[in-house]
This record gives sequence, C-alpha cells and structure tokens, in this order.
Amino acid sequence: MLNPDIQTLPNAEDHPPGPVDGPLFAATKKVYPKKVSGSFRKFKWAIMLITLGIYYLTPWLRWDRGPLAPDQAVLLDMPARKFYFFFFEIWSQEVYFLCGAMILSALGLFLVTSVFGRAWCGYACPQTVWSDLFFHVERWIEGDRNQRIRQDKNQWKLSLIAKKSLKHSIWILIAVATGGAWIFYFADAPTIFPQLFDGTAPAMAYIFVALFTATTYLLGGIAKEQVCIYMCPWPRIQGAMLDDESLIVSYREDRGEPRGPIRKHPKDGEVTGDCIDCNACFNACPIGIDIRDGAQMECIHCALCIDACDDIMDKVERPRGLISYDSFANQERRAKGEKERFPFIRTRTVWYGVVIGLVSAVMIWAMLNRADTDLNVLSDRNPVFVTLSDGSIRNGYTVRLLNKSADARKYTAQVNGLGTPELRWTTGAMSNVLSVGPDDLITARLFVALPPSQLKTVLNDGLAKGTLQIFDIDGNLVAEETMRFQGPKK
Amino acid sequence: MNDDKKEIDKVTGRETTGHEWDGLKELNTPLPRWWLYCFYASIVWAFGYFIVMPGWPVLTGDGWGASGGVIDYDQRRVVEEQVAENEARLDPYKQAINTKSFQQIKADPELFQVAVTGGEIAFKENCAGCHGTGAQGFLGFPNLNDDDWIWGGSIEAIHTTLKHGVRWEADDDTRYSEMPAFGADEVLTRGEVREVVDYVLSIAGRDHDAELATKGAAIFEEQCSSCHGAQGMGNKDMGAPNLTDAIWLFGSERTQIYQTVFYARNAVMPAWSERLDEATVKQLALYVHSLGGGEPSDVQDAR
Repeated sequence: MLNPDIQTLPNAEDHPPGPVDGPLFAATKKVYPKKVSGSFRKFKWAIMLITLGIYYLTPWLRWDRGPLAPDQAVLLDMPARKFYFFFFEIWSQEVYFLCGAMILSALGLFLVTSVFGRAWCGYACPQTVWSDLFFHVERWIEGDRNQRIRQDKNQWKLSLIAKKSLKHSIWILIAVATGGAWIFYFADAPTIFPQLFDGTAPAMAYIFVALFTATTYLLGGIAKEQVCIYMCPWPRIQGAMLDDESLIVSYREDRGEPRGPIRKHPKDGEVTGDCIDCNACFNACPIGIDIRDGAQMECIHCALCIDACDDIMDKVERPRGLISYDSFANQERRAKGEKERFPFIRTRTVWYGVVIGLVSAVMIWAMLNRADTDLNVLSDRNPVFVTLSDGSIRNGYTVRLLNKSADARKYTAQVNGLGTPELRWTTGAMSNVLSVGPDDLITARLFVALPPSQLKTVLNDGLAKGTLQIFDIDGNLVAEETMRFQGPKK
Repeated sequence: MNDDKKEIDKVTGRETTGHEWDGLKELNTPLPRWWLYCFYASIVWAFGYFIVMPGWPVLTGDGWGASGGVIDYDQRRVVEEQVAENEARLDPYKQAINTKSFQQIKADPELFQVAVTGGEIAFKENCAGCHGTGAQGFLGFPNLNDDDWIWGGSIEAIHTTLKHGVRWEADDDTRYSEMPAFGADEVLTRGEVREVVDYVLSIAGRDHDAELATKGAAIFEEQCSSCHGAQGMGNKDMGAPNLTDAIWLFGSERTQIYQTVFYARNAVMPAWSERLDEATVKQLALYVHSLGGGEPSDVQDAR
C-alpha cells in the first residue's frame, strides 16, 4: 500500500450506498390543485384582473405627441431606436434610464420581499398569473382534483381525450392572445392588430407571436411549478432579502401538532393539536408541497393553503389561522409567551427605502435635466490634418446634431478656443445656422482652417483643444463638445 | 475478473469499467442521456444534410466539383444574386448620375449622398493605392484634400482629369505636358540649376541664398516662366504647379527641388474611363471635389 490513509478515508463510511449523483431531471410529479375559495383567492383574482388588464390594455392607450411622433402611450420603436413612455421619451443612447427603472424595480422587489415575503411570486409574477389561469381552465374542463386524479388513473377514454384536447386548445388560444398582445408594445397597436389577421403584418411580428405563444404554452401550461422550482433564480436569491421578521406563509406547528383526526371517542391519553391532518393545504397547493413541512424554497407563498385551512377550521369550529402569514420571530415570541408583533419598519426595510429614495432622486434629476439637444463631434482621422496652399492647417469634423424635441429647430454653432480660424460648413449645413427637424438629427461637415500666423500661438505640440458650442434661437447654450485640432508637431 | 458481473466501487457505490491500472480503477460514467440522444440525432441529421445540401464530389468538365445536392444550393450564386439585386437597386441612381449635370446632382440631396458614398467606395477600390485611403496623397502622389490643383479643382476639371488621365498615352485627350529635364538634357549647367533652385526657394518664401537667387531669376524668366508663369504662380492648363505656395508634390527641400529641376518630374495617372463606367467616374469626381479643397465651377448650370 502506498499510503495507509487511503484505506480509511474519513468519510468513506458516511457515504450512503448507491449512486451519489441522481438523474439529471427529477421525474415530474403531476400536481392537481384543488379549488379554493376565501379571501386570498379573491385577492388573487383581483391581482390577476389588474395585471392582465395592464398587460392587454396598455398598448391601446394613446398619448398626443404632435403630428410627427407616434401617439401610442407606451411604445418601443425598434427601427427608430426610440422608447416612448407617456410624457417621457428616450433615444437608444439614453438606455440608462431603462437601466435605472430596472434598478428601481429590483429594489422595490427587495423591499416588498423583506416586508411581505414572496408576495411577488405568490401574486404578481407573470408565471404565477398565467399558470393560475391555466389551472382554472383545466379545472373548468376536466373537473376538480379528485375527478382529475381518477380520470388520469383510469384507462383513457374518448371523453377524456376530448376534454384534454379542448383544454390544450384553450391553453393555446390564451397563449396566442398573450403572444399577440406582446407585439403591440413594439408597433402601433391599432395598425398592426388588423394586419395580423389579414396576413399583411411583417414576418417578424408573426415570428414573435409564435415565439411568445410557444413560451406561454410551455411555461404556463406544461412546465408550471417546474419553472419556479428549477428555472427561476429568484427563489434562491430572495433568501437574502428575508429575515426573521419577514412575513411568510407558515404552518403554526405549536398549535397544530400533534396532528390527528377528530375522534368521537379519543383513545386514552391521546391529545391532538388543531391540525386534523385533512391534507386540505396540500391538496390546494399549486406547487405540490406540504406547508406543514416548514418553510421551503419551493413555496411561492400564494396563500391558497391559508384559504383552504381556514375553511376547514371553520367547519370543525376551531380558530382560523392555523396556516397564516407569520414570521420566525413571532414563532419564537409565542414560544416564550410574548405577544405577536409585526414590525414593518426595521433596519433592513429602512435601508431599502433609503436606497430607493436615492435612486428615485437621481432618476428624477436626470429626467428633469435631460437635454433635448445632443451633439457629437468626430475629428477626421485620415488625414488628421491638411496643409493648404497658403500654409494654413485645416482639420475636418463630422458634426452630428440631435434634436429630441417635437418641434423643428434652428441652432447656431460657434467654435471657441482655436484662435480665429476660417470655418466652412458643407454637406448638411451651408452656414453655422443648423436646422434640425423634429425628433431628428443632421450630419454636417465642418472644415476649420487655421492661418499660418496663428499656428504657433494656438497649437501646443501640434495639438489644440477647442469647443463647438451650439446655441438655440434665443441664444442659450444648449450643447457643447470638445474639438481636437491637430497640426504638424513643430 | 468476471466480465458478466458488474463490479461496484465500494466508496462511491458506482459501477466501474473494469479497467485497472496499478490498483486504480476507472468509474463508469456514461454520457448524459440527453447528450447521447442529441449526438444520435446529429448523425441522422448529417445524412439528410449530405443529401440535401451540396456535398457529393462529382466529375464535371472542369475536373472534380461538388454536386448541388437535392436543392441545388450554391453560395456563389447567392452572392451573385445579391450583388445583382443591389445593382438593380442602385441602377436608377446611376442612370440619374449619368444623365444629370454635376449642378443638378448637387441640387438633389439624396442623389448627391448616393453619388458621394458610391464615389468613396470606388475611390477606395481604385485610387487609394496611390492617393491613400483618406486621399491624403504621398510624395509624388497629390493630396486631394487640399486646395492646390495641378490640373484644376473645379468639379468639371477633376472629372476631365479622372476620365482621361494624366500623361496617359493611350488616351488622346489626356492631360499632357512635359517638363524638360534641365540638367540631364544639358539645357542648364549644374550651377545654373542650383541658381534657379534658390530663386524658386525665394519665391516660395523659404530659406535661400539671395545672391544665387538673383542670378536664378533671369534663368527662371527664360526657361520656366512660359509654363510656371512670370511670378511662378503656375498654370493649370499646362499642369504646371504653383511654385509660391506651401504645397510641394515632390518635396520642398533644396535637394528635392534640385532633383526636380535636373531630372524633371512627369507623373502619370491612368485614364479611368478605360476601366470604369461614366457614372462611377462622375461619382469619383463628386467625392474628390467634396473632400474640402474643391473649387467652384466656372460652368453655370442652364437650369
């Protein structure tokens, strides 16, 4: 033996027999959630109505921006590289506004998660909204939990095949409606809507409708809870936002255990908790987990088990809230005999609030100070400079002037800091008065020639830095850009 | 070892391959199923692809080639089709450039843009070899960005130069003039060449020997002024450069000017009408004229 330690690997005995790594996929366990009624269910209906309403109606809202700009309130105009959002409009180079909005959304999500737990997952996430909708369709056509389990177990009958086909057809219809609505955000909705039907819409529109139809059907209809458990990163991330005071859907073990059925004649010495082990919570769960196993990563906190349990508690005349929004801290407090508390204002939530406030302030400042004129000055690089016959040195520039306002504008350009050069505007502008149409840009060529008498004073080691200033019609400076002027290094 | 029986590794609980090296055994780690199925699918796909797409070698009249496959696909043909499509798209512009005058083209911003862009492309394909990609020129090859034009800088003059070339013997209308090799042909002595060089330096406003320059003035008057003018301002009809400005095609150093006078410089440019169609030559003229040194036209448009 080379090394006696190999014989006695420290953990060799601890390894369970059998393969250490399982198969790549966990076998799908079909989930048959039972119909639930109650306050949380009603709340979920309301949220579904609001979110779907926002999704379907937003592209149809109009917003007047004058005759030359689109009048759709929310529009991502890809060909023109412009994004319209009600009163606000950004060009592609200002995409940091979208970035800021996403940072705000993320922070908002952090705040909501630290206060209410996974409220996003349980109520507002599109995956939840659509798979909830798909579950309703399934229940409506194939019947409730017990009926569906029975049907699936028995031999397939023609009637079941008919039911399943109908279900999948309706799912695909919903998916088409979802994918179809998506493209309204990218084109004028009232224009493209009839085009989609008479086949005159662009091919890209159909491709995207097909793509989003497929993803809606697969993710919302087929994969459902698998998306939340295996595909979504958020369940893993959100652990960092939760603390002992965060509200999470939990089973009150102290009240419920030991669980057991209600007996008319309890056995001697048998004391049972409030949980009658009816499995109503498990049956209602759209993920297929048992909330009584404690806090779980899989749980999306949709609160349907709360409704299911409260219903049972009412029937057996025990107090509601055996499953309820609770926090780890409260469980400990109750164990110690203290009163329940729900402190929403905590260091964590205050910090999230402060950061949200800061980011919002920066965003608002940036929005209010967004210049509607933008300027780019590109120096010619080949050749860098040209010697003219009188010995002048000439540099060429490509000037791009952007007018982001809804009106045509006239600007005046002025070159500073390069002595008294001879200026010549060509192509795009014939003088230093530049006219730019609404929501448009011009590209003009500017030649700047410095006479030999000024070369020594203006150039420093062959280089001078001036500025191109753009003034609006009232003489206000609206844009400024550095101009590099190069000459021979002598 | 018995081949029929799978050996299980005690530590990991997994099957071994049965291979053993000095007591080390290899665990059997099969490929993931999904990977394997993708691999099989790729093999099946490859057969179909081989049949549908060009792949089989076939003997043609020109030797071994490839068949077009079932769908008779040919990348070369696709490119040719795309080129033809693009040419068809540009054809109306080319027709317009052909028939319209330069003034008319300039008055139409869209057409002018197409012409200048097309001229830039043609320039990089045909002219950049001598004049540089930025038309900045090199010693002996003029910089086309500046305002010094040997044969004229109006758009019409540039067009004529491009079309017929410079000293391009195959073209009867070529720009032609010939500077004598004053030294090599023994028109002037070495000393006289030196004197005339100093005179040229003096009219260009550069460092010179005043004594030699004074002597050179008389020689210049006699030998050079017929082409370069009495003041040395040049003559564009003769292709005689202005000697008083800051631009020196063949160098402004005393030795370079000496060499120019002694051996003469007669640069050549091909007549581009031989190689390019009229529309392209016109586009080139518009592009070169737009580089910054273009002179105004002396031709008034009748429009």
